[in-house]
Amino acid sequence: MELCRLTIGEARDLLARREISAVELTRACLDRIAELERRLNAFITVCAREAIAQAEVADKRLDQGGAPALCGIPLAIKDIYDTRGVRTTCASKILEKFVPPHDATSIAKLRAAGAVFVGKANMDEFAMGSSTENSAFGPTCNPYDLQRVAGGSSGGSAAAVAADECLAALGTDTGGSIREPASFCGVVGIKPTYSRVSRYGVIAYASSLDQVGPFAKTVRDGAIVLRELAGVDPLDSTCSARPVPDYERALTGDIKGMRIGVPREYFVEGMQPEVERAVRAALRQYETMGARTVEISLPHTDYAIAAYYLIATAEASANLARYDGIRYGLRVPADNNIELYNRTRDRGFGAEVKRRIMLGTFALSAGYYDAYYLKAQKVRTLIRRDFEGAFETCDIIATPTAPTTAFKIGEKTSDPLQMYLSDIFTISVNLAGLPGLSMPCGYDANGLPIGLQIVGAPFGEEAILRAADAYERSGAIARRPPAI
Amino acid sequence: MVRRRCYDLATMAENKISVDQVRHVARLARLELSSAEEQSLQADLSAILSYVDKLNQLDTTAVEPTTQVGEAGTPMREDEVTNRPAPEEMLANAPAREGHLFRVPKIIE
Amino acid sequence: MEFAAEKYEAVIGLEVHTHLLTRSKLFCGCAAGFGAGPNENVCPVCMGMPGVLPVLNRHAVELAIRMGLAAHCSISGYSIFDRKSYFYPDLPKGYQISQYETPLCKGGHIDIATKAGTRRVRLVRIHMEEDAGKNIHQDGTSLVDFNRSGVPLVEIVSEPDIRSAEEAGAYLRELRNILRYTGASEGRMEEGNFRCDVNVSVRLRGATEFGTKTEIKNLNSFRFVEKAIAYEVARQIETLQAGGRIPQETHLWDPDREETRPMRSKEFANDYRYFPEPDLPPLRVPAELIERIRAAMPELPADRRARFVRDFALSDYEAALLTEEREVADYFEAMLAAGLGNRKTAANWVMTEVLRVVNETGAPLAEAVPPAAETGRLLKMVEDATLSLNAAKTAFAAMCKSGKTAAATVGDLGLVQVSDEGAIAAACDKVIESEAGNVAEYRAGRDKLFGFFVGKVMKAMGGKANPKVVNEILRRKLADQIASGGSP
Repeated sequence: MELCRLTIGEARDLLARREISAVELTRACLDRIAELERRLNAFITVCAREAIAQAEVADKRLDQGGAPALCGIPLAIKDIYDTRGVRTTCASKILEKFVPPHDATSIAKLRAAGAVFVGKANMDEFAMGSSTENSAFGPTCNPYDLQRVAGGSSGGSAAAVAADECLAALGTDTGGSIREPASFCGVVGIKPTYSRVSRYGVIAYASSLDQVGPFAKTVRDGAIVLRELAGVDPLDSTCSARPVPDYERALTGDIKGMRIGVPREYFVEGMQPEVERAVRAALRQYETMGARTVEISLPHTDYAIAAYYLIATAEASANLARYDGIRYGLRVPADNNIELYNRTRDRGFGAEVKRRIMLGTFALSAGYYDAYYLKAQKVRTLIRRDFEGAFETCDIIATPTAPTTAFKIGEKTSDPLQMYLSDIFTISVNLAGLPGLSMPCGYDANGLPIGLQIVGAPFGEEAILRAADAYERSGAIARRPPAI
Repeated sequence: MVRRRCYDLATMAENKISVDQVRHVARLARLELSSAEEQSLQADLSAILSYVDKLNQLDTTAVEPTTQVGEAGTPMREDEVTNRPAPEEMLANAPAREGHLFRVPKIIE
Repeated sequence: MEFAAEKYEAVIGLEVHTHLLTRSKLFCGCAAGFGAGPNENVCPVCMGMPGVLPVLNRHAVELAIRMGLAAHCSISGYSIFDRKSYFYPDLPKGYQISQYETPLCKGGHIDIATKAGTRRVRLVRIHMEEDAGKNIHQDGTSLVDFNRSGVPLVEIVSEPDIRSAEEAGAYLRELRNILRYTGASEGRMEEGNFRCDVNVSVRLRGATEFGTKTEIKNLNSFRFVEKAIAYEVARQIETLQAGGRIPQETHLWDPDREETRPMRSKEFANDYRYFPEPDLPPLRVPAELIERIRAAMPELPADRRARFVRDFALSDYEAALLTEEREVADYFEAMLAAGLGNRKTAANWVMTEVLRVVNETGAPLAEAVPPAAETGRLLKMVEDATLSLNAAKTAFAAMCKSGKTAAATVGDLGLVQVSDEGAIAAACDKVIESEAGNVAEYRAGRDKLFGFFVGKVMKAMGGKANPKVVNEILRRKLADQIASGGSP
């Protein structure tokens, strides 16, 4: 079978035994990229030469034995991570030619783990979006149906994994940007607890919500990558110093007695019936495996989107103020500095980015701060308390990841608010800073993947990974790779 | 299972933000908007602000705001110089430069 | 005009920004010092590149706390940083990390010496923030250097308790003194690491409400602060007297024409849109840390002044002059440690000889004059009567240039004083003999001639005679002659 279809778990054994070489594996992925990219558009920059060079180095280490955990494993990197010497655009015109002089901490860690980077993956501009239609480099298509979105904002990363263009990928999740595309593309997507992974070198969208996380084909693969990413970083003051457990070890398969909270507010009108059916079937499967479902209530669920779009946009409006055409990035000719800012930012930012900057600036402006930003932060406290209360009666929480399967390209772009509302199930998790993942739990009548979301208590990655892995290995749902 | 609606379209109709306010915010954010953009932003922002109004249904008088969800503690660094001069690297992405300085057009207040 | 001035009182508040003396910047590991070539002390963090994050400098926090303790502030155990947003080419992130609602230090006061006695100027707050880079203006374009971007600052805000230009100068000098004593800052306005903005308003004496204030910026010396205040107070009084109103404006000080001018009015007052900095956890300062810093505090200027008056019997004026610069006070005390008994002489020496050389050469104290211990030894020789005061001055001047010890210099220049009574007596005898006529007139009552005789004896001994001994012996001999009556 084609090497690019391997999982990390499979590939590392073959690589360690030298039955395959890292260069072969990387070549297989690069060939697959070349085959698919015109149709998929999952990548902004393909790093063929650099990847082969990294693979050659990986082979040398593998030859010596005792190679690190991801040695020779080809990964796609969302184009939001600073990669030294490699163009990093954040899918924006304003950074179209930007080449960072340093690596993000996560990138440095993956390099140290021996990983190979096949390319910088497409995304919504500055991570603002749920469909990757807001990219300045065109949308990424869903491998299951090229007329449909891959989800966002980490659409390129999700699609690349689903289509076997790489073995795993790095994304970021601020309101659902790993989990929702994972759901749409039928792969595993993990958002760890806020502060579990360093944000240094991740181009900031919303500082109190952004989190680094992996996409993978299996839960085990995701756990392997997460173990390499997590941990304290002296360059990130918000990064936790808690020791990092061996997440792979947590995958014991034993979930007997685990209490699964099912929030009544997450089964709403307007949800696609097949999504609800698939999620409920998954819950029944969990019960046959020895877990117990418990009905819980997260009463402030309805207010999460409103709170999010004030907090995230407020932080973003400040985070994006540095794009002014002076030290890097696009510069539009101007006679004075004010014109320079106005024109550069107007031409360099896409419509959704401008919308959010405007909303965030307004929410912080004199006279409106209390009513909007401060109010939203108070509601955030209420949402956190909802979860704290819920976790007194359950160990993990299970919900659908998205109300629907992948929608058609262009279907929601005319109404921004419509687009925002598709984040309904994922967004509270970011507001509360909790760990959450999405994994496939079925396919709809059109063959489109349906995602099950599993949410944990703070630093409860082991529990959610164990539960997800148990379900995956139960065979209830066999992964159906896309036909592409 | 209790069924709930996600949102209430009826409140969307009001104009929550005027064109003048849009212009003011655009100035604060240094965005030069065309008049078409001003119009569409006014409509979009009005709709969004109408939607977020629902937060006022909640009584938060006794609630503390959450500004961070990380853990307590104040990580600090020691007062050591750990960076070496590398002006060429730092200026590599400069759109305009003069020697080791960034060049910008005339600065007005 | 003076009549009008008496009707009004000036109400002045000062905002001082000063760099903290750290090796590295506030949020990154770049060097915080000066003198590097453009954009050499920069990194992705202080240049605001995409994806970077701030990490707080521990020593900067400790220096700020030290500053707060020295100014009698209460130190907040919990304060947060905020983002202050505005666009300017020297502000790389488009926001400055500062502190808004929860400053690190609150309240406090600085006592200043005025003609009317000691006055207390209360402080509002002291908080930490990062500095911006620098714009260099050329024709039609500007160049930006980010070396200064991210350097730690404290902002010290006073209540509007100051009532005159002189008081403002006294406040700034005492503040700078405290900063230098605590080692928190250099306080050199001319070098740009001590900046001052002034808020000035006037009101009728006895009024309780404040008048509209003018903010004055671009002041880069204490002298200019005093001049600008005097100018602005006069201008406001004149305007009000003529029936005009004072609009709330920001003025720039024009150092060439020595006047204030309104800045080009901005279209909108800045809306800084402050909100808590999400990339930095709250700053928690445990009580033990505050106590540890308090215990390790160097002696503050006011305390040192008091101690000098009490322990060394110096006058307030002398104590103030000696403690104005910490290194001068240190020098003085080190001199005393050489075993000098006469503090007054030592104090005088420092205030006259030492400071003169420092001012003339413009060099730092450590380079301009001999080590304090050596100077102390020199003055001990005067105390022991080995050296006359004048000879000491000569020796000191030579030591400043040569760097040699006191003993070596005095030896080289042959300045050792002669106290040998026999030699002096012989010289006196010779002078009395050769000045018979004048001696007669002295005996007849012209007492003034005594100094003339002293001078002659000193000259005959090459200036090395101990004046006290000369005086004694000469007086005795002249008296003897009188007593014995008649010429020899």
